[in-house]
Amino acid sequence: MIEGTALDVTMTVNGERRRAHVDARKTLADFLREDCALTGTHLGCEHGVCGACTVLVDGAAVRSCLMFAVQADGADVTTIEGIAEPDGELSTVQAAFRDAHGLQCGFCTPGFVVSVTAFLRDNPHPTDAEIREALSGNLCRCTGYQGIIKAVHLAAERVAERNAGAGAGVTA
Amino acid sequence: MKPAPFEYHAPTTIAEAVDLLARHGDEAKPLAGGQSLVPMLALRLARFEHLVDLNRVDELRGVARTNGTLRVGAMTTQATVEHDGDVARDVPLLAMATPLIGHFQIRNRGTVGGSLAHADPASEYPAVALALDARFDVASSSGTREVPAQEFFEGTWQTALGADELLVAVRFPVWEGRCGFACDEVARRHGDFALAGAIAAVELDGSSNVTRAGIALFGMGPAPVRATDAEQALVGTHPASDDDLRELGALAVRDTAPVDDVHASASYRRRVGEYLAGKTLRDAIRRAEEDIP
Repeated sequence: MIEGTALDVTMTVNGERRRAHVDARKTLADFLREDCALTGTHLGCEHGVCGACTVLVDGAAVRSCLMFAVQADGADVTTIEGIAEPDGELSTVQAAFRDAHGLQCGFCTPGFVVSVTAFLRDNPHPTDAEIREALSGNLCRCTGYQGIIKAVHLAAERVAERNAGAGAGVTA
Repeated sequence: MKPAPFEYHAPTTIAEAVDLLARHGDEAKPLAGGQSLVPMLALRLARFEHLVDLNRVDELRGVARTNGTLRVGAMTTQATVEHDGDVARDVPLLAMATPLIGHFQIRNRGTVGGSLAHADPASEYPAVALALDARFDVASSSGTREVPAQEFFEGTWQTALGADELLVAVRFPVWEGRCGFACDEVARRHGDFALAGAIAAVELDGSSNVTRAGIALFGMGPAPVRATDAEQALVGTHPASDDDLRELGALAVRDTAPVDDVHASASYRRRVGEYLAGKTLRDAIRRAEEDIP
């Protein structure tokens, strides 16, 4: 059985194997920021309300401040740094946020982009109501949300256009 | 790092988990999805010397139909329940209540057993369990026992579970026949804690009279409330008018004592609870009549 107040953890982060010895109480968010130097995962509230720290753990969007790093031992984690293409080209969701003015100060943006990436993967043709509900777990204090809602619509349209052109199977 | 230091344990079987709870007693806490416990640790509202992480105990996960009940393993995530066809067919109330819990990112980690064992007064699953007379399978190092929902919830964050006990699964009765269900709540924003909410389950006979009813309220006191007086008044009748439903709603909240706090006054919560009790009953009866589960 795995137990202790400090443990070795190994996980895959954005395709790269990461190993560290961490305190059991260290959150996944702090592990990503401090041990992996991936500071794109932002910490707003640190108790699960704001959504800024959202990452994908084995494909599921979760709050990385509500998981301990030791719980992600063996997991496959994707942070905002792993969302763009390897050559740096923005993902469909990222490009839509830029084009639709879905950000201002940018602090909340990593959490929004990761959440929306998972949401459109699972629901590529959302209604406006579904988009608003999906965004309810992320807080933004600048935009008033209208630009963000437009960005999600735009990303969904671009995915649909691309799928219509390419046959099927491509998602955000 | 916001939580205080603790020793982490990741058992892989129920036997290992209950051994740890027996050994460490009050100083240990089971960690399920962590969507309520970890914020409490981060805010230092709670502190434990030992956390027993249940996420690697595979035998605590899964949904299975047996002998008229749907058994939901305690570590089954809310996201799994939300998208499970068997749940939607066999216990529609669970499927209806789940999207009201937090946000999709929370439901990806949050579990059925975690929500029930945490027993927040504003949470949906405890009221669903109470309305349907669910039964709780509880294990400890000295054996297993079964606790009916009616005896499980004792108050705010208080349940019948001892410090050495683990919630293993919950068995929800499957209502067959001409049944209808409804669940509704009022919250400031989608995903916020409900100010008040109601659950209704009804079974009708051939002439649309109610033969069985389960009504429960949440956010209306320190624990979910079963509205037995309203159920008794309902059975044998076919409430059709708005006045009938208003009366049943009033009866449902008559003995409740909701809190007065910064989010809503007690009188507002009572008015909302009364309205929602009537509304969910009307919706449940309509669904039963139209054969929509």
